[in-house]
Amino acid sequence: MTDFGFTINKPRVIDYDNTDKRVLKYLLAHEPSFNSCIFCGSCTATCSAGNFTDFNIRKLKIFIRRGLTEEIASEAEKCMLCGKCFLVCPRGVNNRNIILKVREALTKIESHEL
Amino acid sequence: MNKKVVVIGGGITGMEASVQLSALGYSVTILEKESQLGGHLKDWTVLFPNLRKGTEIVSFLEHGLELQEVNVIFNSKINEIKKINKHYEIIVEGRKTLVADAILVATGFDLFDAHRKEEFGYGIYENVITSYDLEKIFAKEGEIRTPSGIKPKRIGFIHCVGSRDEKVNNHYCSNVCCVTGVKQAMELKTLIPDAEIFNFYMDMRMFDTHFEELYLESQKKYGINFIRGRLSEANETIDKRIVIKVEDTLTSRPLKMTVDMMVLLVGMEPSKGTKEIANLLNLKMRESGFLKPEDDHTMSNVSNMPGVFFAGTCSGPMSIKYTFTDARAAVTKINCFLKEYELQNRILVN
Repeated sequence: MTDFGFTINKPRVIDYDNTDKRVLKYLLAHEPSFNSCIFCGSCTATCSAGNFTDFNIRKLKIFIRRGLTEEIASEAEKCMLCGKCFLVCPRGVNNRNIILKVREALTKIESHEL
Repeated sequence: MNKKVVVIGGGITGMEASVQLSALGYSVTILEKESQLGGHLKDWTVLFPNLRKGTEIVSFLEHGLELQEVNVIFNSKINEIKKINKHYEIIVEGRKTLVADAILVATGFDLFDAHRKEEFGYGIYENVITSYDLEKIFAKEGEIRTPSGIKPKRIGFIHCVGSRDEKVNNHYCSNVCCVTGVKQAMELKTLIPDAEIFNFYMDMRMFDTHFEELYLESQKKYGINFIRGRLSEANETIDKRIVIKVEDTLTSRPLKMTVDMMVLLVGMEPSKGTKEIANLLNLKMRESGFLKPEDDHTMSNVSNMPGVFFAGTCSGPMSIKYTFTDARAAVTKINCFLKEYELQNRILVN
């Protein structure tokens, strides 16, 4: 094949109609407080991991909403499960359990259970 | 003889103010351009933030008018208003000239005409409707259908249509559309439990009593989705669904989504009647076209013309609750003026 010396970028558009909502569905069934998030970012501001790495739990929650499974998988492993995000949340979102359930959902997807 | 007050406009403000003025002993006449009272309230089935029926408010106002002697002139068109000494003469087409010691302007708002945001496709794509159109669908009862006749599975609400937008020359916030979007999303979800509903917003302005609670309830109990991003343009698919294009600002990425029906939350503009009366009476207006009081803090309801007062949405967007409050506040001001109370001449020292 001829090498033209360039590649084509993956489109940055989130094509909502065609993304994968399996993690979202699993979460809504197992941690309903996920629905109350208003994406204020207080979880990210207090995050122990986020203060030293590029982990952003607020963004992770949006990726889940939009069904971006690749991004979800790479983000969900960065959490240290300290639970400070649950303490600061103004709307009682159990962020720590969200991480646990997301990891569960990803394992189930891998083993074709979801 | 009783002093006379003429109230221009028979919506919530005009009705409530007339009842209160009449109770204070003034002789009150409402001039209404339509053939019935109630203004826009008639068009809304269920009201935020407590989902009570709009007709309850109408009956409350009508009951007040029954208790008090208020003269209502329907289908009236005002041709001219003359100031003669300390009173006004109002010339209504085909009728005897009315004399007024004070005038209350209560000419209200018009809904933003969504055709003006051409890129949103209202009037071009059949499944783009306004919040007002949706109320009409609710009023019909029965199963909810899109204009194409299908049961919608995914619905998008667009906030701030005709508000906070210099492209249509409306810089202000219309106050009531955010909570209307939440209310209508919850109503739709109740009627179509398996529908996915998305509200596209710039800011959620949940400023008043119980608004924030309603917003939380819409997420918690109804699973309404909120996406922070303003609609850039809408397109139609071959099967007449609508493609929404926004920036999902919280992921910093463009997003597109197909919906079966798109609802535009249209804002308030000063009504045509407000502009006409402002011209007849030389009333000061803001840049937005809403009426301007003599002082924003201390002289609300007081116009630049002695004896002319105003209240309600002719002075800016407001909810029903504040419309009532504003109507009653204007009545106090009119009473002070007609009784020639000293306190109405208080001065500002700077």
